[in-house]
Amino acid sequence: MAVATSSSQVLNNVEAVRATLYEALKADDKVVILGEDVGNRGNVFLITKDFVKEFGTERIIDTPIAEASIVGIAVGMAMEGLRPIAEIQFADFIYPAFNQIVGEAAKTRYRSNGEYTVPMVIRTPYGGGVRGALSHSVSVEALFYHVPGLKIVVPSFPADVKGLLNAAIDDPDPVLFLEHKKTYRLIKGEVPDGHYVIPIGKANVKKEGSQLTVVSYGLYVHWALEAANQLEGDGMSVEVIDLRSVRPMDKTAILESVRKTRKLLIIHEDNKFGGIGAEISAMVAEEALFDLDAPIRRLAAPDVPAMGYAMPLEEAYMSSPAKMAEAMRDMVKF
Amino acid sequence: MASTPTPTRRTLERHGLSDEQLKTIFRTMLLQRQLDNRGFQLNRQGKVPFALGSEGHEALQAGAAMAFVRGQDILAPYYRDLGLSIGIGLSPYEIMLSIFARADDHNGGRQFPNHYSSKRAGLMSFSSILAAHIPHAVGAAYAFKYRKETGRAVLVTFGDGTTSEGEWHESMNFAAVHKLPIVFLCENNQWAISTPLALQMGQPNIYKRADGYGMPGEQFDGFDPLATYDAVSRAMERARNGGGPTLLEGVCYRFLAHSTDDNDMTYRTREDVTERRKGDPVPRFENLLLESDIMNAEQVAAMKQDVLRETNEATDKAEAMPFPAADDLYKHVYEGAWEPWQ
Amino acid sequence: MSAKAGTGSTFERQGLSDEQLVAILRIMILHRTLENRGFALNRQGKIPFASASEGHEAVQAGAAMAFERGKDILVPYYRDLGLDLGIGLTSYEVMLSLFARIDDHSAGRQFPHHYASKKLGLYTISSVIAAQTSHAVGAAYAMKLRKERGRAVLTTFGDGATSEGEWHEAVNFAATHKLPIVFLCENNEWAISTPLSAQMGQPDVYKRAAGYGMPGVVVNGFDPVACYAVTKEAMDRARHGGGPTLIEAKCYRILSHTTDDDDRSYRTREEVDERRKEDPVPAFERLLVEQGVLTLQSLEDLKASILAETNEATDRAETVAYPRPEDLFTRLHEGPWEPWQ
Repeated sequence: MAVATSSSQVLNNVEAVRATLYEALKADDKVVILGEDVGNRGNVFLITKDFVKEFGTERIIDTPIAEASIVGIAVGMAMEGLRPIAEIQFADFIYPAFNQIVGEAAKTRYRSNGEYTVPMVIRTPYGGGVRGALSHSVSVEALFYHVPGLKIVVPSFPADVKGLLNAAIDDPDPVLFLEHKKTYRLIKGEVPDGHYVIPIGKANVKKEGSQLTVVSYGLYVHWALEAANQLEGDGMSVEVIDLRSVRPMDKTAILESVRKTRKLLIIHEDNKFGGIGAEISAMVAEEALFDLDAPIRRLAAPDVPAMGYAMPLEEAYMSSPAKMAEAMRDMVKF
Repeated sequence: MASTPTPTRRTLERHGLSDEQLKTIFRTMLLQRQLDNRGFQLNRQGKVPFALGSEGHEALQAGAAMAFVRGQDILAPYYRDLGLSIGIGLSPYEIMLSIFARADDHNGGRQFPNHYSSKRAGLMSFSSILAAHIPHAVGAAYAFKYRKETGRAVLVTFGDGTTSEGEWHESMNFAAVHKLPIVFLCENNQWAISTPLALQMGQPNIYKRADGYGMPGEQFDGFDPLATYDAVSRAMERARNGGGPTLLEGVCYRFLAHSTDDNDMTYRTREDVTERRKGDPVPRFENLLLESDIMNAEQVAAMKQDVLRETNEATDKAEAMPFPAADDLYKHVYEGAWEPWQ
Repeated sequence: MSAKAGTGSTFERQGLSDEQLVAILRIMILHRTLENRGFALNRQGKIPFASASEGHEAVQAGAAMAFERGKDILVPYYRDLGLDLGIGLTSYEVMLSLFARIDDHSAGRQFPHHYASKKLGLYTISSVIAAQTSHAVGAAYAMKLRKERGRAVLTTFGDGATSEGEWHEAVNFAATHKLPIVFLCENNEWAISTPLSAQMGQPDVYKRAAGYGMPGVVVNGFDPVACYAVTKEAMDRARHGGGPTLIEAKCYRILSHTTDDDDRSYRTREEVDERRKEDPVPAFERLLVEQGVLTLQSLEDLKASILAETNEATDRAETVAYPRPEDLFTRLHEGPWEPWQ
């Protein structure tokens, strides 16, 4: 639903986040950013570099190292009419803030019967493949997507980053905005100028196909597209859906595609047990079991607690376009 | 009575430390700096993806390590504690295995560099998450008290930024309630990545928080290994003998960037760092040992040579070791055999 | 300040008029009456739960008098019935909360005494200890950012909350940024069954203030006028750029934690009886009569009117409907929203 604009520019995902935050700060003085090292350093990935010079230390807040309060203070700011964008430096550091996200932000509207609301965004870089070891690599979406009241966005393309981040900032409810850090500089694309939003909860069919539906999000959408394009040369037609939001989830897009291709492969970087793929599988089994020509399959991380630092451990944890292509081929041939 | 004037000689407040112990402290300081710089070099050479800096912490760490009783006390360090770790017995080879993420590393190459874990050395495993290890240290101290193991204490360390974490507060409070045998040692280097102390807390003295918990608090010069040893040994001794916890604050400075992934010139000036480097604890302690006749120039040069040799040997030996195998991914998830969900 | 000539000794009224003193006493008695009604309704089987705050009447009524309606914000905790009444909550709203009726602020979703009223400047809270402290700090940050001089946040908590990491993080942030906020600890010496000595290593919460770099004040929480005075001074400082204050009001939880708690399992009757001798409600009644602020007759009239108000609120709230099953799905997000089914 990107508004047609006269111009666009090529940005990577870091630049897309940065441009969107910048425009939000310019457009609305209720917008504040708070987090560790977001001010003078301009965020560890330099996303907010020099913002403090233009917007001042009162709006670009270098917080103490205290994640529970970063989110909790943002909740209070939101209740008092600001539009806080809280940053958790790495998703791996989000756990001390779990109560504030799940117990407070997600429940405030509901518990006060609409009297108080928490329009806030929590941005955090997540994901592996960057030699981040156990504490700079995690995927956290499955820990949060169980929670009604929370919205969770996982964009993969620069234009989606901007449109969805705008939507998150405009959203009247708390949004957890997950940015895959390996895509930060790797992925480039056209980004329309000016303000536009992509609705939260709408998936995007990135590649149309007829023999298999692949549902993914984050870094793995890019790898899945690479694999699907490769199979195209072998005469196999694979449809790839970028979920973009994992809560709310675009049931319609998934079901329409599955009813067309009659096969479903879900790919995610997080581990399988209780992951996003589990919910999608259950939903499709409930709604479209008799439309399927093959068992649903999930390609996910190994069932271990974390990604190791040493290269062989990281490689063994992460999937790859080749592994994805193999799974797709098996499914198409089933 | 005629006396022989010795104008260059200084009287050293040695706090009961022997010449050998003073030299050991100095050697640990030299070794820490050498290994620390080696990590940064290897990163620039493209041989390791990441290294962490601890320059400026040498005096504090070597002095504190001297107050640690091996085979008895427990150390719960943080990721900037290379010097403390070698000071309590880790070898340069173990450091290099960690930097190279080899299979024989303590963690089998799973963790970032400088995240050791060694029951032999009394060194608790920890993650990169700030303050997450503080309650673990308190738990260990509780176990000592519960088992009535007087004569043992836990030394737990952290930076100034960590004191803002809720877990730090909860841990301090619990240790004070139960009068546990633990010493909380803050290595206050004034910077939490890019965040200066003034944005970390409303007043600049961490030790002043001690009173609010009901434990003694003390501040000392963290560029002085002997002042550090004095403060830490007194606090550890009190902890070992049922006197409860202490909050110590050693004031030092982080000379390098946070890590090889950080550029500190985005948030502080070269002049800031240059100015603080004038207090560099390594040459300062070297001069003190020379002026006090504990060591002469030749001995210092020989020690530096030996530290370099040891570092080179450890580097070469570790580099030649294999990486963990891909199958190692599934080891040590649970005890015994288990079936991964696939 | 002026001391009123009366039948008894003079007392420090901290600039409060007779009307204000009586208003404080009225809140204290109303607080206690409503609270006891909650326990009575629970024993009658009419409501499943009530929580207690006997012993907190003085600190709450006193602090509420320092709150400026329409300007300040209160971020309370669940034991703040008197504070909530003191800033304008009605007996009827309290009863709707106890009965969990549809017209309750949360439409019956929350436990009793978890109010939410923008009109009153009263923030929504959960039951999770110390979770509200950072919200209060966020609100104070918003006031500072918008340069709204003359406004401040008052946030309260018990002694147990000070052990939470979130409490520390929030207080530290407020001190770092010199925010317009007052942290008021109602130290009642008990966290359900945990006494203060098992809660912290020294008994004075206010002593933590120095470690954060803010003033720390201790006050007798059984003295409503003293509580008013220290809260007023701290709120005024906060309202005019002077930064945060940590106040510790020493009081006592005279009842069990809630109707689900039997305090005899962890403290003796003798301890409670001994502390009840300091009960702030009769003490303040006596003081105002001695000082000639109230006559015995006007005190009786006051009590009678409070009882009538409580009865009326009880009867009226009890007849209001419960929320309906379909209300389960309302107010989760703004606007239309499709529950995952």
